[in-house]
Parts: sequence; C-alpha cells; structure tokens
Amino acid sequence: MTEEIIIAGFGGQGVLSMGKILAYSGLMQGKEVSWMPAYGPEQRGGTANVTVILSDERISSPILNAYDTAIILNQQSLDKFEKTIKPGGTLIYDPYGITKEPTRTDISIYRIHAMDTAIEMNAIKSFNMIILGGLLKIRPIVEIDNVLKGLKKTLPERHHHLIPMNEEALRKGMEIIKK
Amino acid sequence: MSEEIKLMKGNEAIAHAAIRCGCDGYFGYPITPQSEVLETLMEIEPWKTTGMNVLQAESEIAAINMVYGGAGTGKKVLTSSSSPGVSLKQEGISYLAGAELPALIVNVMRGGPGLGTIQPSQADYFQTVKGGGHGDYRLIALAPASVQEMADFVGLAFDLAFKYRNPAIILADGVIGQMMEKVVLPPFKPRRTDEEIEKECPWAAVGKKKNRERNVITSLELDPAVMEERNNHLQRKYKTIEENEVRYEEYMCEDAEYLFVAFGSSARICQKAVELARAQGIKVGLLRPITLWPFPTKAIAKYADQVKSMLSVELNAGQMVEDIRLAVNGKVKVEHFGRLGGIVYTPDEIIEAMKAKIM
Repeated sequence: MTEEIIIAGFGGQGVLSMGKILAYSGLMQGKEVSWMPAYGPEQRGGTANVTVILSDERISSPILNAYDTAIILNQQSLDKFEKTIKPGGTLIYDPYGITKEPTRTDISIYRIHAMDTAIEMNAIKSFNMIILGGLLKIRPIVEIDNVLKGLKKTLPERHHHLIPMNEEALRKGMEIIKK
Repeated sequence: MSEEIKLMKGNEAIAHAAIRCGCDGYFGYPITPQSEVLETLMEIEPWKTTGMNVLQAESEIAAINMVYGGAGTGKKVLTSSSSPGVSLKQEGISYLAGAELPALIVNVMRGGPGLGTIQPSQADYFQTVKGGGHGDYRLIALAPASVQEMADFVGLAFDLAFKYRNPAIILADGVIGQMMEKVVLPPFKPRRTDEEIEKECPWAAVGKKKNRERNVITSLELDPAVMEERNNHLQRKYKTIEENEVRYEEYMCEDAEYLFVAFGSSARICQKAVELARAQGIKVGLLRPITLWPFPTKAIAKYADQVKSMLSVELNAGQMVEDIRLAVNGKVKVEHFGRLGGIVYTPDEIIEAMKAKIM
C-alpha cells in the first residue's frame, strides 16, 4: 500500500505540523515515510504545502505530480491542486474561505467544517487535528493509537498536557466529515 | 534496533551524525536551506557530552578558516553552508587542499547565481568537481540521495578525508536537506584522544616533540621546483583516489535501452520516472553517481555499448552532462534535462523530456 498525500493551505494553519504528525504516525505503524515541505518565505500568511508519502515499500521520489489524496485548506490551494488528484482519488476540504467549489466528478470529495468546529470547541489550535481526524475516517491509513504516539513525538514535553484536547479534536473530525 | 529508527530532516541527520562519528568541532554560519545543521547542534549541545565544539562564526569565511585551523591539528572538523556561503568558503577550501588537510564541507545547494533563491538546485556541480577555488586540486565529493545517506556520508567523508589527507564535501540540496525520512543513526564513536590523533596524524601541528622535526601546515612554497613536485604529489594522490573510491548505484539497468544519469534528489525523482516509464513499457534505467568526484566514468562508458541514448537529469543548465559526454566519448547521444532557479521537476516532466530529447 502506498498513499501519496498533499496537504495545502495558508502558512500558520498547521499544514506542515499536520503532515509531520501523519509522518510520525506512519513511522509508529512501521511504514516507510517521507515528508517534503514546500519550504520558504511562504510561512505565516502565504501558502504552505507538504507532500507526505506513507508506504509499505521503499519510497522513490519525495516530489510528485499526482496524489491519491489532497487536503485543501484555502482557495489558492484548491485552484492549484484539484487537478493533480489521481482519478478515483480523494479530495478533503474545509469550505471556510472557499469561494469556488471543486468541480471534478471522477474523485471522491469530502467537506469538513474544521475551522467553524475549532472555533466552537474554543480550540482553534486543534484545527489541523480535526482535519486529520476527518482524513483518517475516510482513509484509515494509520491507527489512532499511532497518531497519538506520533503526536507525543512531535510535541515538546511541555505541551504534552494538550494531547487529550488533540485526541478530542481527532475524534470530532471523524464525526463531522461528510460527502 | 527499532528504537534507533528516527524521523528527521536531512540537515538534522548531518548534525546527529557529526556528533556520533566523534567529531571535534563544527564551525558555521546560518543560511537557508541548511540552517538546521547549526540549529540542531546548538540544541543538542554536544560540548556538554562528547566535548565537541560548536561555534557560529561571524561569517562563512571565518568558519572555513576555523576549519583550517582545527584540521591542522588533526582534529575532525566540519562546516556547512548553502551555495552563496560555499562560494565565500572557496579560498579556504583551496588552502585546505593545498595544505593537504582532512576536513568536511557540507553544501546544501540552493538556486543561484548570486544570492539567487532559497529553493533547491544542483547548480554547484561545476564549483564542486571542477575547482571552485584556485589551483589544481580536487575534493572528494559525495552526493547523498536520502536522509539516511546524509547521516551515513558524514562518517564516510571523514574516513576518506583522513585516509587521503584531503578535504571532502557532501553535496546535497534543498530537497534532501529539508525532507524528513526514516533514518538509522550511526553508532556513537568516541572522539579520538590526543595520543590517538598524534598516531593517526603524524603531520599534525600538535606541539613539537624533541624526537621529531617541526610539522609545518602551509600551502605556500616559493621555490617553483618544490612547488611542482608538491603538485605532482597531489596529482598522484588524486589518481589513487580515482582508482579506488568511485561509488555509484544502478537501478533497473540490466535490460535498459535508455539511461538516466542523475545524482542527489534528482536521482530520487528519476527513480519514480523509471517506475512510471516502465509501466508504459519503456525500458529505462538509472545510474546514480554517489561520488561526483571521482566520477563513475568507466561505469557510464560501459553503458554506451548497451543503451541507445542517455539523459542527464540535473537541477541546473547542464553541468554533469559534460562529464557523461566525456565518458561515452561520442558513442551514444547524451542530452540534458534540467529546471533552473529553484524549480524542481516532477517525474512526469522527466518522462516527457526523455521522449522529446532521447527517444
């Protein structure tokens, strides 16, 4: 099994750290992983994206032109990446800030109101974990237990008290994602 | 064993591997996309454990000259930077080569010329293998294509540098520096004691003993006859390295009718291109030079009898392609495909280029 994922949105939304948690979860599950950020001056306000590959085999290129799954968190990213999803692939997006809905008919499209939910939960920083929960509901590529282990690895010790809140956000994301 | 599998960036792997291979000192100056090397070292604080010194110098030029000083005393020292910073180091690198000092330089390349861009590039191939600094010298040049190789090549580069008393360089790029992958870090090796250094490096300037002459570390020699002999000695050494230290990797080459030649991150993207092209029924293979100098000339020449044509895939305007053409000496068509200024090609683009240029 190989899952090639692009996560794209604004800098500061937690795009890179969501990818990192996913990569660590893959590591915990014994998979081959690669995490390739579009690094650079885009952070905070500009666009940010990261390619995450989880596989049972050795990963060749960390840079891809087509993805199994795209997680899209702003309009620019939807414009850029909708066309790069493989036929039969998956698009997950947060309608918050999306002005032109996706139009592809040969892929599965899911909506997740993660931003609104994060505000409701008074847990704006867990926004990316809500999205990740949604992804794992649709594409159960790693087990939740391994995500929590991955979270422990990525969060500095002083933030470990936030793990229960993140777990709640993950589960909320699994609840609210829909076609 | 499993607890030793870590997930980290290529730049972080360089830092960890340096500490673990018994390095005595790191001297650097921050620049994107390699800043995590210095950052990681500062975070780990190895001076508290192994005694390795880590210093942010006032400039790249200061850093490379600190490396010269450290190496002159037989210490295992390195510096790292990215393209514009490595340009600043060139004078010091030429001096290291001239004085025959073992040291490690890491270049995590970004797009140039000039300040250029912070995005990945491989446009420092010429600088690395054809000189860069002045004079007839060579650097042992290793090109890692994974985070694992970033870790492994630190120890290897030091081994080669000390074996031949020659500076070595790890030529990486923004992709390999910034990506995270699984890595098994090398085991801890203690730093050498002063006695061990004196034994391994009898040439080192560690304080004159009564039973020997002074050791002099210099690249200066005003008598041309002596200087010519010194150059001849260097050239003989380079020949020995060329005969013994060529490293490369072949991927799906046995039945190949076409050949990609690519190093570093480009080789990874080409691997995917090979997989995709083979799914279309195109028999293409990949030869990945691991040492850019010494270059795998013979290995490439061998494929001139097997394949119809070759494509050099590099993130530059066509640099390594010249060495491939020299290797095949006109026997087969060799073309170049590249992207410039920090743009990285996708596997599909490479396949299209192959169809357009060499099929």
